[in-house]
Amino acid sequence: MKAVITAARIFLATLREIFDEAAYARFLSRTQMASSPTAYAAFWRERESSQKPRPRCC
Amino acid sequence: MNKTLSLFIWGAIAVLGSAAVGVVALHRGEPINALWLVVAATCCYVLGYRFYSTFIAARILALDALRATPAERLENGRDFLVTNKWVVFGHHFAAIAGPGPLVGPVLAAQFGYLPGTLWVLAGAVFAGCVQDFVILLFSVRRDGKSLTEMAKEETGRVGGLVAYAAVIAILIILLAVVALVVVNALKGSPWGTFTIASTIPIALLMGLYLRRIRPGKVLEVSVLGFILVLLAIWGGQWASQNPEMASVFTLRAPSLAILIIVYAFAASAMPVWLLLAPRDYLSTFVKLGTIGLLGIGIVVMHPTLHMPALTRFVDGTGPVFGGKVFPFAFITIACGAISGFHALISSGTTPKLIARETETRIVGYGAMMCESAVAVMAIIAACVLQPGVYFAINSPAGVVGQTAAAAAATISGWGFPVTAADMQALAHAVGEQTLFNRTGGAPAFAVGMAHIFSQSLGGEKVMALWYHFAVMFEALFILTILDAGTRVARFMIQDALGHIYKPLGRTSWYPSILATSALIVAAWGYFLWQGVKDPLGGINSLWPLFGIANQLLATVALCVATTIIIKLHRARYAAVTLVPLMWLVAVTFTASWHKVFDPNPSIGFLAQARVLASGPATAATARLIFNNRLDAAVTAVLVGMVAMVLIESARKWIGVLSGREEARVKESPFVMTRLAEEQA
Repeated sequence: MKAVITAARIFLATLREIFDEAAYARFLSRTQMASSPTAYAAFWRERESSQKPRPRCC
Repeated sequence: MNKTLSLFIWGAIAVLGSAAVGVVALHRGEPINALWLVVAATCCYVLGYRFYSTFIAARILALDALRATPAERLENGRDFLVTNKWVVFGHHFAAIAGPGPLVGPVLAAQFGYLPGTLWVLAGAVFAGCVQDFVILLFSVRRDGKSLTEMAKEETGRVGGLVAYAAVIAILIILLAVVALVVVNALKGSPWGTFTIASTIPIALLMGLYLRRIRPGKVLEVSVLGFILVLLAIWGGQWASQNPEMASVFTLRAPSLAILIIVYAFAASAMPVWLLLAPRDYLSTFVKLGTIGLLGIGIVVMHPTLHMPALTRFVDGTGPVFGGKVFPFAFITIACGAISGFHALISSGTTPKLIARETETRIVGYGAMMCESAVAVMAIIAACVLQPGVYFAINSPAGVVGQTAAAAAATISGWGFPVTAADMQALAHAVGEQTLFNRTGGAPAFAVGMAHIFSQSLGGEKVMALWYHFAVMFEALFILTILDAGTRVARFMIQDALGHIYKPLGRTSWYPSILATSALIVAAWGYFLWQGVKDPLGGINSLWPLFGIANQLLATVALCVATTIIIKLHRARYAAVTLVPLMWLVAVTFTASWHKVFDPNPSIGFLAQARVLASGPATAATARLIFNNRLDAAVTAVLVGMVAMVLIESARKWIGVLSGREEARVKESPFVMTRLAEEQA
């Protein structure tokens, strides 16, 4: 049972990382902001200025 | 585990794998079951991972679990971040898995299931997985540097410049070819066009929902988006049956090409959160789910492969694309076996997330194995179709004839019986007006996937829904690549132009955004237009160009890897990257020679230009002649670049091996990991 729960946790963490939810959570914790439209806009501004778009393979 | 038991288990896997590969390779006459391919692939991957990747990790790379990775040393909570290895694995797989491993194997199925299967298995285990693994590790040891930076540092300035030019060239040709796949899948299909058009407002809605209503709740909005896409598929059926709507959404290839070009320009210039990001999330969600579902469907339904192991078209007379099995099967299938594009991802986001060097094996080698498994699924989806049906869908009208009766007669004459009535019934079953001449690979894959699913879930009655689900799934993939690829290329061009005039390098300056977006869209749009107007269907000339460009990038990556291995004094193991490199050089050079100089006009660009020049002069002739000559020139330039990198690298190898040049690698200094201390 414990192994199943661990696997489910990792699966969810993977999805959160792929879908940038984890990145947003880290941004909120780093900037001490609460989630809001303003915070999400700031998150995207930072991503656009600091990172080139992630390449996607064919 | 007990050593004897371990020996027994691995011996059993080896015997089972050999038997399955033997059946796949040697069985002739009777159709075989798809499970043989599944068993052969599983055993090859398991053995490759357990033994070959371990050998590379231990003898060549000397993975060091005590060495701090950039994720740990440079952690900033943004791009550098210590991350669970399975999370990185999923992240990396989501980035490398695109429509390439689906489309390439479907096209190569014209040679039969055997050439593609053997190349996908051997290519992945000995070349593709190795490339992804070693480039990932070398990037980790260089603070997550990109392939172009590593090429410049390790092989010299020429390597860096060629890598940069190759990336731009690949992106332009890739974007054109994948756009052509979508155009061919949607032309004359009101259902498909309605569904795909609906994904644009759905993505915009998701963007606004994420920004204004539930900031950051991506998984939640992706589920919502997925439900809306399913409704759009259902709505597509209604649109195709409503005469007024059907006439609006029944578009010819040129109209679709213009719409896609306009769409990509808008997506590149718009704020990323509004369209690009939500579409990326939606396509990733659909992609991971559908790949999983297809895998389960194949294992549970274990369909029979109707395509023979080898067809008569191994001699180069194939209708899907011209050229013999060597080298064209190895150019056509890139992503499922080896893809240079993966080296960009292995030296992009992924190395900045790896917690320990030892995890590069599962992420680099393991994720590519999964990608290869997707290619095996695509081979199965194409080969479950009756060969006559497969060729009717994938052959251009210029080869098989303009009418259904003529096409059926031509294909039946090749020994693959099919009738116009069979094709009409199939088209009706999947909700299309016709399935003849639907080149590009996507429609054939969609019919194969619908065939597999409809055997279990809902039967023949829902085949049309499954078909359009598959078309939507591929088109969604591809439109994401068009958005993101155009934007990536725009950033690269802006980077370069910034050296000439600083404001052009600013990614937030709108005149620069519009100008560079227009430049990139015009570049790939030109090739797309050329493909749309090509009487042989476009894929015939563009897909090999894409394959050559992609393998060129893999050649650059393997040159960099071999150089580093030699500098690390592991020259006796250099064959691990040198042999795949030599193979790719042989394939790329031979294919390029044929594409430029082959006297057969269905293969050689110049021969086709000569035939056109000697025929009746129409308004389009001059343009077609110019396009063929342009394609020949592009191919020659690509090969010239391969030659330059090879010469530069070989000079470096000889210099180091003869002792004339110092064997100095540009790795970051060793720092002991804190993670180990914390655990102790």
